[in-house]
Amino acid sequence: MDTTGSFLMPPAQSTYAGDVDALFNFILIAGLIIFVIVIATTVFFSMKYRRKGMATKTSGTDHNLGLEILWTAIPTALIVIVFIWTFRSYIKMSVVPGDAIEIKVTAQKWFWTFDYAEGANSVNELVIPVNQPIKLLMSSQDVIHSFFIPNFRAKMDVLPNRYSITWFEATSTGTYDLFCTEYCGKGHSEMLGSVRVVSEEEYKKWIDEGSDPGKGLTLEEFGRKLYVKKACNTCHTTDGSKGVGPTFKGVFGREEIMEDGTPITVEENYIRESILEPKAHIVAGFQPVMPTYQGLLKDREIDAIIAYLKTMKAE
Amino acid sequence: MSTATATNYLNEAKGWKSWLLTQDHKRIGIMYLAGIFFFFLVGGLLALIIRWELFTPAKDIMEADTYNRFFTLHGAIMIFLFIIPSIPAALGNFVLPLMLGAKDVAFPRLNLASWYLYVIGALFALYSIISGAADTGWTFYTPYSTSTSGSVVAIAVGVFILGFSSIFTGLNFIATIHKLRAPGMTWFKMPLFVWGLYATAIIQVLATPVLGITVVLLILERMVHIGIFDPAMGGDPVLFQHFFWFYSHPAVYIMILPGMGIISEVIATFSHKRIFGYKAIAYSSLGIAFMSFLVWGHHMFVSGQSELASLIFSFLTFFVGIPSGIKVFNWVATMYKGQISLKVPMLYAISFLILFSIGGLTGIFLGAVSVDVHLHDTYFIVAHFHYTMMGGTVIAFLAGLHFWWPKLWGRIYNETWAVVSCLMIFIGFNVTFLSQFIMGAQGMPRRYYTYPEEFQRLHGFSSVGSLILGAGFLIMTIYLLHSIFRGKKVGRNPWQSLTMEWEAESPPITHNFDKDMVLEHGPYDYDIVDAKYTEEGTL
Repeated sequence: MDTTGSFLMPPAQSTYAGDVDALFNFILIAGLIIFVIVIATTVFFSMKYRRKGMATKTSGTDHNLGLEILWTAIPTALIVIVFIWTFRSYIKMSVVPGDAIEIKVTAQKWFWTFDYAEGANSVNELVIPVNQPIKLLMSSQDVIHSFFIPNFRAKMDVLPNRYSITWFEATSTGTYDLFCTEYCGKGHSEMLGSVRVVSEEEYKKWIDEGSDPGKGLTLEEFGRKLYVKKACNTCHTTDGSKGVGPTFKGVFGREEIMEDGTPITVEENYIRESILEPKAHIVAGFQPVMPTYQGLLKDREIDAIIAYLKTMKAE
Repeated sequence: MSTATATNYLNEAKGWKSWLLTQDHKRIGIMYLAGIFFFFLVGGLLALIIRWELFTPAKDIMEADTYNRFFTLHGAIMIFLFIIPSIPAALGNFVLPLMLGAKDVAFPRLNLASWYLYVIGALFALYSIISGAADTGWTFYTPYSTSTSGSVVAIAVGVFILGFSSIFTGLNFIATIHKLRAPGMTWFKMPLFVWGLYATAIIQVLATPVLGITVVLLILERMVHIGIFDPAMGGDPVLFQHFFWFYSHPAVYIMILPGMGIISEVIATFSHKRIFGYKAIAYSSLGIAFMSFLVWGHHMFVSGQSELASLIFSFLTFFVGIPSGIKVFNWVATMYKGQISLKVPMLYAISFLILFSIGGLTGIFLGAVSVDVHLHDTYFIVAHFHYTMMGGTVIAFLAGLHFWWPKLWGRIYNETWAVVSCLMIFIGFNVTFLSQFIMGAQGMPRRYYTYPEEFQRLHGFSSVGSLILGAGFLIMTIYLLHSIFRGKKVGRNPWQSLTMEWEAESPPITHNFDKDMVLEHGPYDYDIVDAKYTEEGTL
């Protein structure tokens, strides 16, 4: 039986996804059979035994031991099968293989950060090698989030007070969706990421580059890359429209009015402070929701973002 | 015999004081009905607005912050102000004493007090809306709920008060069922709706205090930072989930058990036949009530609880499915060789069998822990609980409402419009929520303000379904209100039913019956009693 995906499920791309889908399909088919029998009988009875004229006496039959044993035993047997099946596949999902590569996942409103043992890190893009078990050690900086990759059938809540662990092994290269599935506020539905499954060689190359991400780029180009990579674009637009935070269009040199009414001209030090201590000075009309990037950005990366912002002139 | 000039509970006393200070269970039932109907309309409108926003992934009519408040209010209003009180407090209040042959419930003043608590709780909920509204989801998960700027405390106080309203009703019903049955009505001669209400009342009394404690802790956490749920102070946010679901899973059965009771009454009456497996249905209500306390962890399979706990909860969850399945089989078997009349309540009961079966069977996917890992917090779960709560409880409530409507008012609604509306609700409901099963299986997470483009077609489909559903309810509102004043008058027992409430006049007199009631036949003795009350006003 082909167990990879079904017409309802997205393509299965992890080692245990096939198991999950096979069980899903079994329940679907068994459920449909029971459903069709029950409903067909109901409809048949309501037509065949339709009342004609005034009601008269009906049969007093109120039990049938054989029938009752049958309709208790069959569902019970099915349920025992489903339980044993789910027991086995859940154990497989829960036991992390010993040779798994460990990646640290940090969730916060509203983006994902991935830290690799080799020193590389990335935001909202998890890069992993194909055919290699990956263990994720996850924690949250604020509220509860949940890490969900539909194609892998993998999901785990990410908690602020302890580590949670999940694992998977991707079976084919490609790019897959990553969703946050625990409601976490205004940006919940934009807390999206992607998982890029690459070949072993490409992964090695990516890890090497990851230790020195701005290599070969000008500061402005590097800043433009970081704007997307570090998820600044989730909240700050570049076309002048209002997002969760102020737009970056024409931001450098602009005079902004703060919440307390004092004006501040946006220059290098204000940008640096806004990145590292975002709650220090909030522009009037916005919520203090930006998380700190302390420890997530190196000095050269902050320089690059400032250089990029300088290019965003207002017309 | 009913005459046009007879006094009844509706016209015996006049003026608003005669309603607001009444201790008559029938008037209190009607006042509950008005309250829940109002909140059903509010919650329903919120749902339509939410579906409108979700028609496309882009912003259609509101910002994310507003959307988050709307789905929170939709859930909280529908659960706490509509579904939980709907069948027990509105229909149950009206029908229970009549079914038992009693003059009233055991504690009429407590009954009125429970209605006032409902109103006060509702006012807190309304106050929370004008003071900024909560944006936590109806589940109030910490630490989001303790850190958001939304108006959480007001609605939590409202939920606390509504909990006591529910406890009062439960206490009252337990005492009523134990003490006020007519002579001759032994436990196994009670109508099955009474068994449903009894099982419900036990859960209301035992589980609701846990909800009360939980929201008090939540309020204390928010206001004085006691640190029980706050990780920064050594607290545990997942503890909140355990507390919350320890109430809220049994609460699911507070919602569905009385609905199952209604279905038993309606199917027996409209099949004109002795119910199949009376004891199995009665015991399965108690079995479900007991098991409902042992499965809360199936809401938390991906919360980080231990794998062993998850597997145990998974196992126990499957065994709640069995008694529900047995009930469905018994209902279908009751129809065998019956004399089935497809009146509106029966159409709703058949609709219930279809929708509740889908709701129940999709629960098996979610109980299987490894499959649930994929489906948890997606639209699959949204569709599943709408099939059980709306396809189950709300449809059963509508079956009961149309069944007892002639008893409530002495008048009946327009049958044609009622059939049209029933079909529209059935079709609209399936269009809205079947599509959500598919979306969920494909990975669409719930509580999303915007979503990936590939889900637009199914979301659009779902939104169109919600309009059909809304139109069905609009028609219902019109014909029901119209029938109160202009509907055709009916006699005591328009459906030729054998339960005791049909021996009272329609509408009943203030003291319910014109004689002391003694049980003369069982509630389903259709094989013994041959259509005893057929002589007047039969439809």
